[in-house]
Amino acid sequence: MVEMQAVRSAVAAAALLAAFAAGAATPADIAKTYEADARQASPQFGGFSAARGKAFFEVTHGGDWSCASCHTRDPLVAGRHAKTSKPIRPLAPAANPERFTSLAQAEKWFKRNCNDVLNRACTAQEKGDVLAYLMQLGR
Amino acid sequence: MLLDRTRQSLVAAALSAGLLFARDGIASGRAAAFVANPAWQAECGSCHVAYPPRLLPAASWRALMDDLERHFGTDASVDPAAAAAIRAFLEANAGPPRSADDAATLRITQTRWFVREHRDVPARAWRNPSVRSAANCAACHRSAEAGRFGEHDVRIPQ
Repeated sequence: MVEMQAVRSAVAAAALLAAFAAGAATPADIAKTYEADARQASPQFGGFSAARGKAFFEVTHGGDWSCASCHTRDPLVAGRHAKTSKPIRPLAPAANPERFTSLAQAEKWFKRNCNDVLNRACTAQEKGDVLAYLMQLGR
Repeated sequence: MLLDRTRQSLVAAALSAGLLFARDGIASGRAAAFVANPAWQAECGSCHVAYPPRLLPAASWRALMDDLERHFGTDASVDPAAAAAIRAFLEANAGPPRSADDAATLRITQTRWFVREHRDVPARAWRNPSVRSAANCAACHRSAEAGRFGEHDVRIPQ
């Protein structure tokens, strides 16, 4: 039973992945991809939490930077790169409709920035929580 | 005879002046065309100004592209297709190695050319919170995003 669920999720994830890798997506589409990934990673998956995502976004995880170091504690406004000061357009989809419209882009930036902040890759749970937090801002 | 000498001196002076301006042309933006590449602009211009390839020699760009996961303390890795395109673009448009030191440097701000070009910038300007770093070209070079670094478009924050 659980295996069938996992297989179904994997197939769904693969299908979604193929679709999104090709082109445009919505934040909700990307959240579904992370949900499928998270379910596959843990049968105890209990959903995403914006509150957990906000907390994750704002702490430094033992290093020098948090997500908020560049994207600010108010992702509805523009941020600045913590080192170069380059302006960064808002991260919240409500403030910037380009955000989370490409799975490839989202994965690229999660890979880089999770390495920077946490010194490791973010899990699907963590990505989904952060996305849940960002999606409910300004709504 | 005297007139010939004078003419020779004038020609020599004009040639030297011309050479000086030619060297500074790399910064004037007038002499050097702005070369661009979509992958380079998108990937290399997302965290800082996309530094014009002519500012470093090809060997420096190769070294940078070989270690993008440790790019001055951050992960700047790029997918293989984009990396190949960017690498080719940088190598094709790189500047000449200006000295043995410059050939090895990975920091534009440490090249002798950069140091010379910015020798008149007061120390307090670098400490200004809106500047913070010599890597932050756009703080003073208002057309940096368009690849123009000429003196006429510089406003140093006070």
